[in-house]
Amino acid sequence: MAQTQSGAERLLSLPALLHRNATQFGTAPAYREKEFGIWQSWSWAETEKEIEALALGLINLGVNEGDFIAIIGRNRPYLYWSMVAAQAVGAIPVPLYQDAVAEEMAYVLGHCGARFVIAGDQEQVDKVIEVQDQLHQFEHLIYLDPRGMRKYEHAHLHQYSHVQDQGRAAHDELIGELKRRQAKLDYDSTCVMLYTSGTTGKPKGVVLSNRNVIESARNASGFDHLRQNEDILSYLPMAWVGDFIFSVGQAYWCGFCVNCPESADTMMTDLREIGPTYFFAPPRVFETQLTNVMIRMEDAGRLKRSMFHHYLAHAKKVGGRILDGKPVGLWDRIKYAIGNALVYGPLKDTLGLGRVRVGYTAGEAIGPEIFEFYRSLGINLKQLYGQTEATVFITVQPDGEVRADTVGVPAPDVEIRIDESGEIFYRSPGTFVEYYKNPESTASTKDAEGWVATGDAGFFEESSGHLRIIDRAKDVGKLSTGAMFAPKYVENKLKFYPDILEAVLFGNGRDHCVAFINIDLTAVGNWAERNNIAYASYQELAGHPKVLASIQSHVEAVNRSVAEDEMLSGCQVHRFVVLHKELDADDGEMTRTRKVRRRIVEEKYADIITALYDGSASVSTRTEVTYEDGRKGYISATLEIRDAAVVPVAPHQVAAE
Amino acid sequence: MLDQAEGYITDDGRKIGGVVMEMKNITLRFGGVVAIKDISFDIREGEIRAIIGPNGAGKSSMLNVISGFYVPSEGEVWFRGEKRPPMRPYEIARQGIARTFQNIALFEGMSVLDNVMTGRLTQMKSGLFSQALWKGKAEAEEIANREIVEQVIDFLEIQHIRKTPVARLPYGLKKRVELARALAAQPKLLLLDEPMAGMNVEEKEDMCRFILDVNDEFGTTIALIEHDMGVVMDLSDRVVVMDYGKKIGDGPPDEVRNNPDVIDAYLGVAHD
Repeated sequence: MAQTQSGAERLLSLPALLHRNATQFGTAPAYREKEFGIWQSWSWAETEKEIEALALGLINLGVNEGDFIAIIGRNRPYLYWSMVAAQAVGAIPVPLYQDAVAEEMAYVLGHCGARFVIAGDQEQVDKVIEVQDQLHQFEHLIYLDPRGMRKYEHAHLHQYSHVQDQGRAAHDELIGELKRRQAKLDYDSTCVMLYTSGTTGKPKGVVLSNRNVIESARNASGFDHLRQNEDILSYLPMAWVGDFIFSVGQAYWCGFCVNCPESADTMMTDLREIGPTYFFAPPRVFETQLTNVMIRMEDAGRLKRSMFHHYLAHAKKVGGRILDGKPVGLWDRIKYAIGNALVYGPLKDTLGLGRVRVGYTAGEAIGPEIFEFYRSLGINLKQLYGQTEATVFITVQPDGEVRADTVGVPAPDVEIRIDESGEIFYRSPGTFVEYYKNPESTASTKDAEGWVATGDAGFFEESSGHLRIIDRAKDVGKLSTGAMFAPKYVENKLKFYPDILEAVLFGNGRDHCVAFINIDLTAVGNWAERNNIAYASYQELAGHPKVLASIQSHVEAVNRSVAEDEMLSGCQVHRFVVLHKELDADDGEMTRTRKVRRRIVEEKYADIITALYDGSASVSTRTEVTYEDGRKGYISATLEIRDAAVVPVAPHQVAAE
Repeated sequence: MLDQAEGYITDDGRKIGGVVMEMKNITLRFGGVVAIKDISFDIREGEIRAIIGPNGAGKSSMLNVISGFYVPSEGEVWFRGEKRPPMRPYEIARQGIARTFQNIALFEGMSVLDNVMTGRLTQMKSGLFSQALWKGKAEAEEIANREIVEQVIDFLEIQHIRKTPVARLPYGLKKRVELARALAAQPKLLLLDEPMAGMNVEEKEDMCRFILDVNDEFGTTIALIEHDMGVVMDLSDRVVVMDYGKKIGDGPPDEVRNNPDVIDAYLGVAHD
């Protein structure tokens, strides 16, 4: 099917794949985007024309081979075309996070020396203009949505459609040059450069070749039997490697359709309208969906509510087993089928997951209950483990072998070894080329034989052969008692409670552990509304005694569960504090992919940590915050510190490890 | 009298054309109460014109005179070079004047989309019968109007609430839906009655952006009433200041700001 090659043509680059798709599936939809309330669609043949016009326009503007073209904006077909057009003219596309503040953008644009920027709208254009004086190589800015920019100085500013028009007008003069440049592309040409958010230090530019992207896409598509008629919804940041692989790599390899939502706020409606067959989401999306369903069920009538709970209980019992193809009794199957007609089917349809054949969650650990909930409905949700440097895939869960606590078996063509310290290393066709302009980091991450250190500690479970991840290798430490300290393990257990958004555990080198907790405003806010608790701000809600009491009960439950694990029983939370503000990427406390930057949090809130350890009952603190537009301000708060009951751990158990 | 040809260019490069609307010696009485006393001013093509003044100064009455809801007791309203006779409100709407209200006047039970569609009503010509059957002309007409409405929805970034009943929306969004409905009529002259009242800083900033964008993108002439002086001074090209039904100032924001009468009206002055 998709894997057949047409004639002597070799599929060694994105433009080559594009041409194959335009030839073989010319009339099939390649892109859809909802605009003006209607799904607009482009076939593969039309897409090739659009990309060609843009590529010619870029040559016309003076793009040289080897130039970097930064791409900033929300997921739109035009920006995906920009990435392919950039490659077609021999330039290197660099997608950036659209929510990055101007300063972060300045660093990345300066580091890769982008001569061209393609931006989605005025907001992004303004950010680039704000920092352009710091950028020496920057020359031209192309924008998509002209709104609000009529009065801007247009000497170096170009509207996307005009660039395309100029490209079409200069077709005869420039097509030869475009063909010549395209012919030079091979497996070793750079396909894309993606900046990793990096939980420490400055972002690094990961260079991925066509080999990395195309082979990884091919392997993963084969693994999940993806076909040409899949539909995906592209709503995750374009700068993230996952989106690049799903929405570009796999879409071009298989020739399936990429659907772009109307706006970030309409994602859920658009998801339902499209009904993707292949779906990818971080755990957060699944959590939010589940929370919404549960809240809405609370408001439903009694009959509906009892039906919902009755059949969900049944699904919990047998749904996962049916999905895994395990033996299930006839009566249970019949009951499941009735439940499917009455509850699961309509529910999946409401969630927009009715047609999903393969769904993935990755990026963070997903709560076992949430994971099981979706699987019990018959949604084939799986986990994978990967990173930018591996072009996503390191391990994947095969159909029928899906569990909440492992990340699966090595993906096709991926070799994995685990060194003495427990750190995971891999080698694969997807292994990145290098960190751009950073040979030291490249050398310390990738050795001469191509093995890449993941920085994660884990082990293969002997019974199943699946990989289990413990934590970031550098975060795993020891308490002063000698017990193992693996913060992520405890944090994830805490985060599985819907009202806890984020948790940070401290304790490395100390004799016991303490924790920071962020409440989830949606879940806790809803709870407050139901219980007639008035609050004026996040800060006030976070400090409410009833909220603290409920968080305390969660912490204590987690302590009991942690105590059962001999290796990690020392990680129980002795004292905790509910923070007065959400940890935020704008304040540098998190990465743009929402991973906590442990060291920065530790430094920034040193006063609170001190108070957690010195036994004081409360702490007053003043914290700098950055608003979305880059301005800074301060918030002050007095936080109550709570003690949590811990399960005593017999010292010999610790010594046994 | 109407110097249509005359116009000027603002500091930020916008072209302001000739006079589109002129109020000549307007007086408005309700029984013995005089709401507006002998006021004259004009509105030019493409400009943002503000009417400000303390509470009870007669601003909303003035806007109602412009929109044709009130017929002035004395004086004349000239629109596009013609003296306007007393008209029904819908006739005035057909002339290309649309407005929003100080207290939101939306259909609470209807969706945002339907509310905005009502802004197109004056443009729909098919009869009740063909509308009910929704065949031929009625269908084509609705599709054409829906396209315009969708452009407005996109412009004001309210796609996510397209199908939401208005009653469920927060105040700031309702204000935006009202603006959308007014814009759907593709007015030549847009009247905004306190578009930022009761909004928080962020909502105000958004609304300012939208008003400027409307003016910039469609070249719509805008007359607005507003209490927030910061907003008025930033947005408008020229300001009329009213106090006790009288005009006490008229001109560009900087000029008005330094007008002693205006300062008195706003800060208060010791009367004997």
